[in-house]
Amino acid sequence: MKRTVTGAVSSAASPGRIASAVIAVLAALGLTACGGAANPLSSNAGGGASSAPDTITIGSANFPESRLLAQIYATALTARGVKTTLKPNIGSREVYLPALKDGSIDLIPEYTGTLLQYLDKTAPQTSSEDVYAALPKALPPGLTVLDKATAEDKDAVVVSAATAQKFNLKSIADLAPHCAELTMGGPPEFQTRPDGLPGLTKNYGCTFKGYKSLDAGGPLTVAAVKDGTADAADLFTTDSSIAANNFVVLADPKSNFAAQNVVPLINAKKANDTVKQTLNAISAKLDTKALADLDARLSAPDHPDAAAVAKDWLASVGLG
Amino acid sequence: MSWLARNWPHILDLVRQHLELAGVPLLAGLLLSVPLGWLANRSVAARGLLLSVSGVLYTIPSLALLVVLPAVIGTKILNPVNVMVALTVYTIALLVRSVTDALGSVPTHVVSAADAMGFRPLRRFLTVELPLAVPVVVAGLRVAAVSNISLVSVGALIGVGGLGELFTDGFQLQFLTPIVVGIVGSVLLALLADAVLLVAGRALTPWERGARRAG
Amino acid sequence: MRAVLGELIGWFGDPAHWTGPTGVPQRLLEHLGYTALALACALVIALPIGALVGHTGRGGFLLVGLANGLRALPTLGLLTVVVLLAGVGLLPPIAALTVLAVPPVLAGTYAGVRAVDPAVVDAARGMGMREHQVLLRVELPNALPIIFGGVRSAALQIVATATVAAYVAMGGLGRYVIDGLAQLDYPQVLAGAVLVAALAVVLDAAFAGVQRVVSPAGARRSRRGRAGRVSAVRATEPGGTPG
Repeated sequence: MKRTVTGAVSSAASPGRIASAVIAVLAALGLTACGGAANPLSSNAGGGASSAPDTITIGSANFPESRLLAQIYATALTARGVKTTLKPNIGSREVYLPALKDGSIDLIPEYTGTLLQYLDKTAPQTSSEDVYAALPKALPPGLTVLDKATAEDKDAVVVSAATAQKFNLKSIADLAPHCAELTMGGPPEFQTRPDGLPGLTKNYGCTFKGYKSLDAGGPLTVAAVKDGTADAADLFTTDSSIAANNFVVLADPKSNFAAQNVVPLINAKKANDTVKQTLNAISAKLDTKALADLDARLSAPDHPDAAAVAKDWLASVGLG
Repeated sequence: MSWLARNWPHILDLVRQHLELAGVPLLAGLLLSVPLGWLANRSVAARGLLLSVSGVLYTIPSLALLVVLPAVIGTKILNPVNVMVALTVYTIALLVRSVTDALGSVPTHVVSAADAMGFRPLRRFLTVELPLAVPVVVAGLRVAAVSNISLVSVGALIGVGGLGELFTDGFQLQFLTPIVVGIVGSVLLALLADAVLLVAGRALTPWERGARRAG
Repeated sequence: MRAVLGELIGWFGDPAHWTGPTGVPQRLLEHLGYTALALACALVIALPIGALVGHTGRGGFLLVGLANGLRALPTLGLLTVVVLLAGVGLLPPIAALTVLAVPPVLAGTYAGVRAVDPAVVDAARGMGMREHQVLLRVELPNALPIIFGGVRSAALQIVATATVAAYVAMGGLGRYVIDGLAQLDYPQVLAGAVLVAALAVVLDAAFAGVQRVVSPAGARRSRRGRAGRVSAVRATEPGGTPG
């Protein structure tokens, strides 16, 4: 896997670099002792993690699909001669968006609907086109989105086959009368997001008995639905474990979850023509089927590297 | 095995990151602990305060410290300095105690002899007390090094974790190999650091060699 | 910084944070439960081994090496391995925390038994005690203060580290830290940290009280004894990972 690690921890450790890191740490501790600085998002004391002007630092959220998309961006950009570094697994949007704003990363694969609702809690748009059209205005200054892919990976309320049968569930509306007896599960941030618990309450009048903090569509959430720790859970629609476990994806007639097309979110300063063309070409080839296949490939029993999966896919669509 | 071979360069990168994330705090912590330990040894009040503060510092959960540090010291969220500062805090918490004990254990007659020879306090501290304190300080450093190396991985939860990245990665993909490689790598690094410090400590205290052989 | 402090006070002032399954009392109980369970497991494993090796004097080198090796194990890695192998539940965090607590208890017990005056042990044998009686009636009671020191530092490490249980869907005070991180809610993270640190401090004070009771008067007087003594005892104490 070809890759470099960014920030003060990059290239080989020389005595000079170690010394400067020690000084940075001492300076940072000195700051603490003197009462500290104010805003974590604006200042950059203690040695920056920002990347060089000609390098694009690509971040990813803390779930495999996001990592893979970041890897696809990185592989394609590198092939076009753009210098890239990867900063995978940063965390939830609540963490990586500030990182994008403070310049720690420059580019991250995003999902239109949930990004829009994060930026504008009252955004009414739900269709792919409307959401995408509303995004530029909602974005913080300096950030921009490039072309969206038709590929969608939506949050969805998922239940086990047994639960679906027991309550005769086809949609979240069917679930609503039973919410008070059920425990919902999902990532911690689902409790506070507009399309999370607040949205389910607002759109369906559904208030759950309890909420179990798990992970972002990962092994914990799947396990919790399987063993009944959570009666319903937030999973992603491209997740192959939904079919593998016979989980039932509940329909969302009130469009609590807006369209969630994959879209590159990028620092406008780093989006030169080569970068735009490369990323837009990827978006043009990426549909929901391709995304689901990529996810399934990544979690195949032979555990291929994200880099290899990315390279194969890019080659298969003529972008390699 | 093939996974290991394919990912070898990446793993080496993580090892280097891991060592830097753990090593810089060890150095910074040592630099800060020596004057603090000296202070603690000079006054009873300072000693009580420093030892109880370092006791409390050690109980702060590392993940919480990592998450709130940017808000406290004004760094960027993904800055590796956050991890380094957090580990420096733990290193100090461990070392202040070692340094204090070590300096306190320098026999009074040795200190008096240095005074009688006309050593000024600073020179006495640097050339007599500190060297004699080396064995106990090194013992503390070894504990801190092992602790730092195993703690770095928690940084993976905020995107800066050296070999810990293999834990979160493997976990999300439900793939044991990277996690096991990460654990083994982390333990090997810790044992290696421990051995290096042990040897360095012996090299720094040649006068102890005879004593060791004798007793 | 000042704003964050204000919000932290606000967090503690919100009555919603004090009731129900996500309230402070419930999370505190869960945290204490994990701590007690992991400590109990560590005692069951480490006490007999440490006592036996200390008594026979055989395998001491191996035991010290083992304890150091265990200390080097990263808790997060262990936790994820056990979840993948055994599934979500109480087992993964308890197993990871037990591994964390074994080295200080093991080292404390071993060092404690070894430190018992050989003359006392000989006297016991001379009185016709059998080996197990020597261990149970003479060595262990005399080793109690040092063993207790090991147990105390094990407990503190567990309390600080039990926060990671929340990473694998369990409760405890770590819930505030992990949820607060995912929501980038600093006051919630800080509240979690403050609660854990406060719990550790209270627990440590309680242990100190008990330790004073179990320490024989002679051991109490020589707190600042000869350097070698102090460092030998100390070496069994710290060495941990506030996870």
